[in-house]
Amino acid sequence: MHAIVVNNIVKTYGAKKEMIKALDDVSFNVQQGELFGIIGPDGAGKTSLFRILTTLLLPEQGSASVEGFDVVKDYKEIRKRAGYMPGKFSGYQDLTVEENLEFFATIFNTSIKANYDLVKDIYIQIEPFKDRRAGKLSGGMKQKLALCCALIHKPAVLFLDEPTTGVDAVSRKEFWVMLKDLKKQGITILVSTPYMDEASMCDRVALMQSGKIMSIDTPENIIRNFKKPIWSVRADEMYRLLNDLKQYPNTESCNSFGEFHHLVLKNDDPDQHKILNYLEEHEHKNISIKTTKPNIEDCFMQLMEHH
Amino acid sequence: MKQFIIFVKKEFYHIFRDRKSLLIIIMMPIVQIILFGFALTNEIKNSNVAVLDNAKDESSRAIIQRLDASRYFNISRNISTQRDIEAAFKSGTIRLVVVFQPGFRQSLLHTNHAQVQLIADASDPNTATTVINYASSIIRDYQKEMNAGTETSYLVTPEIRMLYNPQLKGTFNFVPGVMAMILILIAAMMTSVAIVREKEINTMEVILVSPLRPLLFIISKAIPYIFLSLVNVITILIVSYTILDVPINGSLLLLLAESLLFIITAVSLGLMISTFTKTQQEAQMFSLMALMLPTLLLGGFMFPIESMPLPLQFMSNIVPSKWYFLIVKDVMIKGLGFSDVWKESLVLLGMSVLLLTISFKKFKIRLS
Repeated sequence: MHAIVVNNIVKTYGAKKEMIKALDDVSFNVQQGELFGIIGPDGAGKTSLFRILTTLLLPEQGSASVEGFDVVKDYKEIRKRAGYMPGKFSGYQDLTVEENLEFFATIFNTSIKANYDLVKDIYIQIEPFKDRRAGKLSGGMKQKLALCCALIHKPAVLFLDEPTTGVDAVSRKEFWVMLKDLKKQGITILVSTPYMDEASMCDRVALMQSGKIMSIDTPENIIRNFKKPIWSVRADEMYRLLNDLKQYPNTESCNSFGEFHHLVLKNDDPDQHKILNYLEEHEHKNISIKTTKPNIEDCFMQLMEHH
Repeated sequence: MKQFIIFVKKEFYHIFRDRKSLLIIIMMPIVQIILFGFALTNEIKNSNVAVLDNAKDESSRAIIQRLDASRYFNISRNISTQRDIEAAFKSGTIRLVVVFQPGFRQSLLHTNHAQVQLIADASDPNTATTVINYASSIIRDYQKEMNAGTETSYLVTPEIRMLYNPQLKGTFNFVPGVMAMILILIAAMMTSVAIVREKEINTMEVILVSPLRPLLFIISKAIPYIFLSLVNVITILIVSYTILDVPINGSLLLLLAESLLFIITAVSLGLMISTFTKTQQEAQMFSLMALMLPTLLLGGFMFPIESMPLPLQFMSNIVPSKWYFLIVKDVMIKGLGFSDVWKESLVLLGMSVLLLTISFKKFKIRLS
């Protein structure tokens, strides 16, 4: 049995004239104990999908089930079994860390004691601040607290909607380590993120854009399917470089990735001198060009352009 | 049960940790009751008058006719015994009772002097004074007319009695009024804001995705504010008893029980408001516009309902504060018992049940 089954879900917002399709015929399955990532930019429909699966919204078309329970008919059963961490911090700012955790444990009919071992590794990190009000915690701490609150009733499926948004790089890394640990305990985890680099941490990912799923596979396979070589280019004037590369007749796509621009050519042309010449004609200095391995973001960009 | 206890506990944490709001909630009734200690003047139109005419002679009839003809008064009933006076006032519609002694005209013609007794319901002291003044001037007019063209000067003196509030304390009227207003404000507005806040700060999402039953959620949200409002009732009573010298003539227990009933009505109103508002501001604005204004304008303690145009009089019936105001006036100032306010209590009870049912039915188990 799949932990999560989504069949042809459609969800729209707004009146007929300015109707926005938040989810457009979305289907996928998540296996028991899988760490499944939904990767996509803001506005891709991630939150709508999460809200439908956590029984907070009704789908317009299609069906979905969590742990075998229908999200519309059996919402009460799902609410007993699912852990949900919304994108925005969902604890009480004026309650302390401990009070928050105790509150959420109790409304899920359990206690901190009963499931302490499940949250121990995470809770230990915020325990020194257990008498501090949640509003006074840092972003990373808040995420940890919210995760504890979502976990305290030992859910079978955990829904994490953009858990790392607005969290510093170190906390983000730590967070993914925690998720890997939770996966070991057999909890199915559905997590969404706008950060492409986090995709490689998932067992499988679905790349989402404008309410549609463009590709579902393991991160390795998605990268493997990217057949064309990628050139990583840099020079002194990065912004002008980007524009000039986009003007280059043989360019299929060119995007900025941190210190480098990733360039994909239309026809595989292993000769980098043509590009070099082109750039020197445009008076770029300190040019460096080398081949690089594609990452998820390259794949995403390519998929986006094809859709 | 554990769910319920922790929820109520959490709600109290919210209240006690928000010091500023707490201070406002506790201090507002005290400040308002003292401010409103100053009375406002009211205009009187078509006040209902009952007549006990033991004389039934030409003069008494002439005075009655004049009263009835004036735009201030409206002779609505004739009573036949002294005992009926009290009953007339208790009916709540009569503002003034005019009593003529037997042989009124004879006494006037033979001794040149006669008395008319004017009895007013002074639990609303401003109205009572105005009513008495108008009635006295009408009687003086009659006296002037009799004296015109004759040598003898006839004298008709009104003998005035103020029932229920002989010292004409203006605050008497305002204590029940302020109680109604404060309770609507605190109980209804705070409850609606407290629930909408959960939507606004996102915690509602997580609470919905939990096995917590909606009924439990609603009740545990309401309980702290019911408690807080009861504290307000007690402070108002203490302040008005000690500082403003307003007596509590009826049963204190009955007064508190009726207040609790009204608080429940107000909280139900707040619950209903929370079902269709999305932000705290919206809930606040709605509570102010939809509850405060009707309470002030149609509750009966600022403007007498009887003087309003019929449609407004009719509308005032759906304002819960009106009924509570009547109850408090009767119990606290007139010292009446439950048998005299059971109808009003029943109205409040009915309103509470209706509002609670609506808010429970409209409670969204999903986000939209």
